[in-house]
Amino acid sequence: MKRRDFLRAGSLAAGSLGLAGCSRTPPPGLPPGQLLGPSQALGHRLRDGTGFPAASETRKVEALIIGGGMAGLSCGWWLKRQGHASFAVLELENEAGGNARSGSNPISAYPWGAHYLPLPGPEAPELRLMLAEFGALKGDPHALRPEYEERYLCFAPQERLHIHGAWQEGLLPQFGIAQAERHQQQRFVEQIASMKATLDGRGRPAFATPSARGGSPTAALAGISMADWLQQQGYDAPSLHWWVNYGCRDDYGTDYRQTSAWAGLHYHAGRHGQASNADSDDVLTWPEGNSWLTRRMAQGLGDALQPNAMAWQIEQTAQGCSVLVYLAQENRSVRYLADKLVWAAPAGFLAHVMPSLPPPWQTAMAQLSYAPWLVANLSLRAPPAERGQQPLCWDNVLYGAAGLGYVVANHQSLQLHDQGCVLSYYRPLTEATPAAGRKLLQTAPHAYWARSILAELGRVHPDLPGLTEQLDVWRWGHAMLRPTPSLFSSDALPRLRQPQGRIMLAHSDLSGFSLAEEAHYWGVRAARWLLDHKDEFA
Amino acid sequence: MPYALLFSVFVVAACGLAYELVAAALSSYLVGDSVTQFSTVIGVYLSAMGVGSWLSRYFQRDLIGSFIRIELAVGLLGGFSAAALFFAFTWLSGPFLLLLYLLVFVIGMLVGLEIPLVMRLLEHRLQFKDLVSRVLSIDYLGALAVSLLFPLWLAPKLGMVRTALLFGLLNVLVALWTTWLFRHELVSRRVLWLQGGSALVLIVAGFAAADRLSSIAETALYEDRIVLAESTPYQRIVLTRWRDDVRLFLNNNLQFSARDEYRYHEALIHPGLASLPWAKRVLVLGGGDGLAIREILRYPQVESVTLVELDPAMPALFKQHPALRGLNGDALNSPRVRIINTDAFRWLESQANAYDFIVVDFPDPTNFAVGKLYTNTFYRMAERALSARGRMVVQSTSPLYARQSYWTVVQTIESVGLQTRPYHALVPSFGEWGFILAGREPYTPPQRLPTGLRFINADTIPGLFNFPPDMDRTPAEVNRLNNQLLVRTFEQEWKQVQR
Repeated sequence: MKRRDFLRAGSLAAGSLGLAGCSRTPPPGLPPGQLLGPSQALGHRLRDGTGFPAASETRKVEALIIGGGMAGLSCGWWLKRQGHASFAVLELENEAGGNARSGSNPISAYPWGAHYLPLPGPEAPELRLMLAEFGALKGDPHALRPEYEERYLCFAPQERLHIHGAWQEGLLPQFGIAQAERHQQQRFVEQIASMKATLDGRGRPAFATPSARGGSPTAALAGISMADWLQQQGYDAPSLHWWVNYGCRDDYGTDYRQTSAWAGLHYHAGRHGQASNADSDDVLTWPEGNSWLTRRMAQGLGDALQPNAMAWQIEQTAQGCSVLVYLAQENRSVRYLADKLVWAAPAGFLAHVMPSLPPPWQTAMAQLSYAPWLVANLSLRAPPAERGQQPLCWDNVLYGAAGLGYVVANHQSLQLHDQGCVLSYYRPLTEATPAAGRKLLQTAPHAYWARSILAELGRVHPDLPGLTEQLDVWRWGHAMLRPTPSLFSSDALPRLRQPQGRIMLAHSDLSGFSLAEEAHYWGVRAARWLLDHKDEFA
Repeated sequence: MPYALLFSVFVVAACGLAYELVAAALSSYLVGDSVTQFSTVIGVYLSAMGVGSWLSRYFQRDLIGSFIRIELAVGLLGGFSAAALFFAFTWLSGPFLLLLYLLVFVIGMLVGLEIPLVMRLLEHRLQFKDLVSRVLSIDYLGALAVSLLFPLWLAPKLGMVRTALLFGLLNVLVALWTTWLFRHELVSRRVLWLQGGSALVLIVAGFAAADRLSSIAETALYEDRIVLAESTPYQRIVLTRWRDDVRLFLNNNLQFSARDEYRYHEALIHPGLASLPWAKRVLVLGGGDGLAIREILRYPQVESVTLVELDPAMPALFKQHPALRGLNGDALNSPRVRIINTDAFRWLESQANAYDFIVVDFPDPTNFAVGKLYTNTFYRMAERALSARGRMVVQSTSPLYARQSYWTVVQTIESVGLQTRPYHALVPSFGEWGFILAGREPYTPPQRLPTGLRFINADTIPGLFNFPPDMDRTPAEVNRLNNQLLVRTFEQEWKQVQR
């Protein structure tokens, strides 16, 4: 492809992207809205690895970090904290944040992905340090039960579930559930509590967050699905199965029949955070979700963070790493020469830009598969009318629905009266294969999603479709790594964690599941590696 | 045939008692003083029944026709009695009681006629001893049925207007049924069918219009007493006048009654502000009615009062309406007062001034939105806005009716490092009401107070700080944004009071 052709193709792609993103007149009965997503045109060109201009400049840095999501930003944050300046963080999109990106409108800011952070346990001291730096944790960050800023702790009322025609408090199904099923739920909860207290051979919690600071996945749990594990343990209560599946879909975007039991149990048993001023299951949350964190990290990086920058070719030489980077704003490429490189983008994408992939990684990457997701933000004139005793909560879940329910983005507002509300609707496309889900995301028009979402939520809130004034949809083709039994029973993850020469990976992918705490851990680990610190947790 | 007539006795007795209860309940609802209303209504009704029974001797011929006509009259009069009383109360506030007793008397008299007539209808069909025992026992059974149904189901579910209509309908149906039963004995049955049919149509029409009827009646009732009703984006403001009493309702919750609001507002302001003779800058959060500010302006040394009130309609109303300006002494138009219409929480978060006295006068914590204004996070911000020796006062529900709630607020204020001095005062329209003084220094009650106060003086102040055992301190937890304990506690406690 000649340069002129490429430019034309580029502008066409940009044009079609712009069109896709435009608010057109909605079909009757549907609110207007946009169909958004990561810039796929750039992503797909990255996959092809061709069609980029030659480098017109060479930049030298000691460390280059590719990817400005939670892991890359954490890496940069730790470097900066240690006084290191010679590094750059490259972000493909025009804003850093990755899965934690957000939007805003006159009513409220709202998340496009990760929207909360469970209280970090003593296994995540770096994350606690960061929260202290940002003013979310007060006093001693290493205290067993630190004090958190109460404006950021999720306000009451927190969670409710719509089941059998009514809202109940909490997400574990209780309303209209038979005694026998509830006994099973109770047994499960007790079993989880004992797993939570279990220590591994080295005296660490068997399940910890970050998972690398806990026990390794045991063969018995790694290779079996969460659904099979439940059956194996004699759990057959449908309400319990729904709840456990909900957890897998919520945190991993993966059905529990395809989720490794080790990952499925980690969701329940892996949190050890406590607070002096909150229950241990309370979470930190903000209207804009976790972009409250990533924006602060990005801000701290200043010029070291380079948005609209796409690495399209990586080579490892004896002298260092040579990376060709396309700067979309300037429509030119530059060559970065770095002593060391951290790949902080999804691990599976590295193959597209690194022709000579180190063999240990090559085989490991064949094990990775990513889950497609959809997130929608609905702007409502007023909150939907409530009929029962259970008021609108932060998290509102519909039993048996395709979606995960909705979170009220402006729940953390201190105002007595907001001008309306923004509901963030989450839906992992778990009903089909990831590839089929991605195909649907690529082809289905806005009206398709708007109809589907309004029908689902309208079932419990008949007035919701009429109150909705804007409905924007964000499509995540590769939202998160799927923690499948085959992934956890292979040696893929341990292999990906090993640096190869001058390159190290840093991403929640190394944990096998997509959690902010995991990403933060791998980012900080990479920073320590860059700084030649001995990595005491490897 | 006897059983049919006995059944009609049951219905008739039930209807009679129902009208009596509707009239008594309605009059105690409208006029108040339920003991007087119930005993006078019952007295008039029973004596009227006596008059009716006595008058029954003048009915010689066509007993069945008379019975049917009386049934129809009772059905129509009784059926529309509640609606009529509502309308009468609205438009004839003077002779309302006269009309009430007149109506009760006429209905009572007609009901009193019924039983003797039925007994005479049955006298040839039953032995006297059976007649008396059956008629009277069924009569009393009918009364029992209604006396149970009325408070449990009828009054709460149907309301007065429809309850009366329901029994009116029963009376008319009895009349029609009797017409059918005795169709061969009746002389003027065509006329009776016509009368019964018309009465039925009227009652059914009344039912169909019952919603409109009662809402017209109640709205009209409200309008006569209403000074103002306004829906703002934030709340529904209703101001009523009841003789010489003006009352403010926000979202149907009573905010003050002009009769005793001085007790509330004097108690809210003076124990705190009189102890700070050097106080110059005062902040009032909530309380857009200007009544607290009226008390604050009694202190000449106060240079500025900042009022933060979410709803601009409230201060606007209390600035302009002549009666309300009279009530707050035109406080809101004082040059010393500055009004900021914004959300108190957000405003506190962003403002940097220090105030010598802060008045926190928010609505009760009835929902999670208002509940945020009773959390430690809020008090921490209020504490930041307090000058070094400044003091804050918080209205904090009733320590008697909502004891746990009250002490939860105390505990929460203390958790942000302030010393508290809880106190209470009796405000008849609210009951025993609680306040909390908070500051960084120990509190000493004032010796001197402004002149012209009606409730607070140097002698009464120490008594306010004594808590008898039934509202004394109980252990409580801190109310936080992430637990909102207070909203749940308050709801539970208030539910018990209302039951």
